[in-house]
Amino acid sequence: MSYLTKPKPHHPSLKKNAVGLTRRDYEGGMSTLCAGCGHDSITAAIVQAFWELDIPPHTVGKLSGIGCSSKTPAYFLKEAHGFNSVHGRMPSIATGANAANPDLTLIGVSGDGDSLSIGFGQLSHAIRRNVNLLYLLENNGVYGLTKGQFSASADVGSTSKRGEANLMKPIDPVLIALTLGATFVARSFSGDKEQLVELIEAGLTHKGFAFIDIISPCVTFNDHEGSTKSYAYTRKHQVEVVQADFVPLRHEITTEYEPGAVKEVVMHDHSVLRLHKVDANYDPTDRDRAYAMVRERQEANEVATGLLYVSTGLPDMTEQNGVVPGPLHSLPFEQLCPGSEELEKLQARFR
Amino acid sequence: MQRTNVATPDYYHRVVDCQWACPAHTDVPEYIRLIAQGRFDDAYMLNRKSNVFPGILGRVCDRPCEPACRRTRVDGKAVAICRLKRVAADNKEDIRDRLPAIPMEKNGKKVALIGAGPASLTVANDLMPLGYQVTIFEKGPRAGGLMRINIPAFRLPEEVLDEEIGYIVDMGVDLRCNTPVESLKALLDSEEYDAVFVGSGAPKGKELVLPGRYDSDQIFIGIEWLENIHFGHIDSVGKNVVIIGVGNTAMDCCRSAKRLGANDVKVVARKTRKYFKASPWELEDAEEEHVHIMENLSPVRFVVENGTLVGMEFEEFTSQEIDGKLVQEFKQNVTIPCDTVILAIGQENAFPWIEREIGLEFDKWDVPVVDKITYMSTREGVFFGGDAAFGPANIIWAVEHGHQAAISIHQYCMGKPITERPPQGQTLSSTKMGLHEWSYSNNYSAAARQKMVHIDLHQRFVDLSKEVELGFNAEQTWQEVQRCLNCDVQTHFTESACIECDACLDICPVDCLTITQDGEEEQVKARLKAPALNPNQGLFASGPLKQTGRIMVKDENLCLHCGLCAERCPTYAWDMRKFYLLNPHAGISFEGAEAAPAEVVAP
Ligand SMILES: Cc1cc2nc3c(=O)[nH]c(=O)nc-3n(C[C@H](O)[C@H](O)[C@H](O)COP(=O)(O)OP(=O)(O)OC[C@H]3O[C@@H](n4cnc5c(N)ncnc54)[C@H](O)[C@@H]3O)c2cc1C
Ligand SMILES: Cc1ncc(C[n+]2csc(CCOP(=O)(O)OP(=O)(O)O)c2C)c(N)n1
Ligand code: SF4
Ligand code: SF4
Ligand code: SF4
Ligand SMILES: [Mg+2]
Repeated sequence: MSYLTKPKPHHPSLKKNAVGLTRRDYEGGMSTLCAGCGHDSITAAIVQAFWELDIPPHTVGKLSGIGCSSKTPAYFLKEAHGFNSVHGRMPSIATGANAANPDLTLIGVSGDGDSLSIGFGQLSHAIRRNVNLLYLLENNGVYGLTKGQFSASADVGSTSKRGEANLMKPIDPVLIALTLGATFVARSFSGDKEQLVELIEAGLTHKGFAFIDIISPCVTFNDHEGSTKSYAYTRKHQVEVVQADFVPLRHEITTEYEPGAVKEVVMHDHSVLRLHKVDANYDPTDRDRAYAMVRERQEANEVATGLLYVSTGLPDMTEQNGVVPGPLHSLPFEQLCPGSEELEKLQARFR
Repeated sequence: MQRTNVATPDYYHRVVDCQWACPAHTDVPEYIRLIAQGRFDDAYMLNRKSNVFPGILGRVCDRPCEPACRRTRVDGKAVAICRLKRVAADNKEDIRDRLPAIPMEKNGKKVALIGAGPASLTVANDLMPLGYQVTIFEKGPRAGGLMRINIPAFRLPEEVLDEEIGYIVDMGVDLRCNTPVESLKALLDSEEYDAVFVGSGAPKGKELVLPGRYDSDQIFIGIEWLENIHFGHIDSVGKNVVIIGVGNTAMDCCRSAKRLGANDVKVVARKTRKYFKASPWELEDAEEEHVHIMENLSPVRFVVENGTLVGMEFEEFTSQEIDGKLVQEFKQNVTIPCDTVILAIGQENAFPWIEREIGLEFDKWDVPVVDKITYMSTREGVFFGGDAAFGPANIIWAVEHGHQAAISIHQYCMGKPITERPPQGQTLSSTKMGLHEWSYSNNYSAAARQKMVHIDLHQRFVDLSKEVELGFNAEQTWQEVQRCLNCDVQTHFTESACIECDACLDICPVDCLTITQDGEEEQVKARLKAPALNPNQGLFASGPLKQTGRIMVKDENLCLHCGLCAERCPTYAWDMRKFYLLNPHAGISFEGAEAAPAEVVAP
């Protein structure tokens, strides 16, 4: 951590976006994480993505649990709403926030410990409900905040800093998300900002539960030789299988790809997601193929990254439950509180 | 891209904009830090080493450092470098015991210096500690040159001149005042001196021969007029004064006219403000004293009626900037009524006392041919410096010429080739004190440039020599020192340590840093996180990084030297290292030096 605040002056070429803000206006407080932590790099990608999408910070809700990763919402979008929940409970808070104000753009930040151990059930049900939320799992294979114990995502044979190997099989969050029916599943790497920014933008635009597992090395407890979540290991084994090229609504499509290599997906707001596949036979809208491909790559000792699976048009949690459109806070009082007579009627239905 | 070589001093030196711009390479950020610590004596001595006259220059330097200052690019206003120099000079205690010791035993070499301006005084300052016997011949009654007789005392008080010139003369210089050299040939023929240095300045004010020029005695040449005021020969002026020209001399003339009792003073320029030679602060100071500055007027004739000057006629122009060029068109003739005209349109060299047949070549403009590195003329053993060398410049250039000429004279007298010059060197030392602690103050201060306080207008005109600027007080000094960005504390990169975590790129407030594929410089430039806007600032390129073979690129242009890149770097690949320029002077060489020499003031 640094004691200074980041100096105000910025590069004169910094542009303002459609809502009149520069990228620097999307920053938050100074990070207190270890120097070089992958999580900080993800924070920078989040800042970039929100700026590029012209999202006014005050229309955003940032949510998290407990862990180094879960501390990071403090470091971006200082003007957004935020909720730092107890360990593993971020999905419940997000669900509540989504119900109370479906207009908020929600971003949840969690870790492998927060999501795959104590909060495993919470994550599963948020996926199942298709809560309209971008869920980032900052995956470093350890509990960073509590000093580097193996987490549930640690690979078999991966060693701790002291040298002992992990023996338990890992939980792969991407396979879990695919299995539970998530509508947007991606994997990325904190050290690949180009890819990450596109994915975050696509995820923010996706209606429903968008899940990105991001390998995010813990420089302090899990960046040694023997770790399978280090910068060096990830760089060597990362294979981008589907490159997402997110084209927001107001932009023109400019990049040209060979026919067959691209699959276009139209998002609910009519922006376009162009998925550039390394393997022309791969179909990122086919859940079973996605699952199989991730497994194949794993067998080959590779980390498949990119937008692995997406399906649009499924109802999200608010639609499934017929939640009142718009934020509760702007409902007229009579509608928000229809009186004791209405309550009586409602209760009568359950008698 | 070519991997940047930071082992020679030029790369990091250029990053220190002020020091690079200063002809004498004054270590500005280091002296500002010393002032911040209240170490005024140390700050003064550090200055003196390169610029010799900190008290004088802290008031009247032309300040090439300030427009160069990085802070100008960051928040529009340079650090008040010059004013801070004065703070060191004004607040120091007695530093005499820290002046270089003069050997009792001389080295047997005698050097004659012609003229006692800043150029010659610098040569004396550098050669006396080496055991030379130095004689200065000065035409006038006292040493100082134009600094004394032309720069008015309300800008540069006599006491300051006396003190700093005294430090040099008191080294045992044989100063012969009222002794003009009337024949260089005679001086050389006497064979009394092993080397001769000509520092006689550019003493001739330019004429403006137009109808009426010689019909009135109320038309003066600026530098002569100022000199006459200095010597008390002139103590009044007319009521309506017109000054032709807008250089330094014009500024001193108009303000002097105000003090001698003129009511209405107009400074008239041919071009527009953008093209004025006077510094912006000089223009401001004159305007504060209600001097009227007029543009687009070209003199046609002096209007003299019955032997009395009654006005000056001009052609008036309209001006337009077209493609960055000034295009002027004639509008009409106008006459400005006045009773005095002062011509301040420039100076020229004049060497009536140098014979043309002594092997000292003059060029087609009748200016001596002088080597730009050694400062020797075509006559062996005769050196030039200051305004005498390449025409009128300023004090700090005269000082640097003096330093370089002294190096040559020393080589020459020791029988070594004068083209063999001691090279510059550098030392770099880490400022790291703890995980996030540095031995310099890396926090950015948003304070605005402090404004110099002037004495009241009515007080100014009471006494011709009343100093106008009060100098910074303690609070102003404290605010101003913090504005310095410490550009000498360099971001030093060790590529083998970098794990490409991006932390430095993400934290940098001004987007200096990029990690990208290697390629031709133009390709790499196109991929920078933010465009490189300043061709005068370096682009650092590392060699290939370990994990991906990409390279680290840094655009030095806007770096705040905040050290955040180094604080966020997990592997110490970035470090903040204090750069110290080892700048040789006569008899002080750093060849083979590994660490800063003992006389260097520690950071
Ligand atoms: C009005 C005015 C204002 C200025 N203001 C500034 C300013 O604010 N800041 C700045 O940096 N610069 C200023 N300058 C410029 C600066 O003063 C000169 O560039 C500088 O003094 C040059 O130094 P020098 O040593 O070359 O010669 P000078 O200072 O000109 O000294 C030359 C000396 O040689 C003597 N001399 C000449 N011929 C002979 C001879 N034959 N024998 C013996 N002695 C001789 C002269 O009497 C004089 O004392 C100003 C100049 C003028 C005219
Ligand atoms: C209820 C509860 N149980 C245990 C903890 C202790 N604890 C704090 S953070 C953490 C794990 C965090 O790991 P992860 O989510 O991977 O975050 P990282 O620090 O690695 O980013 C644990 C177990 C806690 N804070 N609260
Ligand atoms: S302990 Fe690990 S995860 Fe936590 S801040 Fe440090 S590097 Fe990041
Ligand atoms: S010191 Fe480092 S972080 Fe600060 S401005 Fe310079 S390059 Fe950027
Ligand atoms: S912070 Fe250090 S290790 Fe990380 S990219 Fe920058 S220089 Fe390399
Ligand atoms: Mg973790």
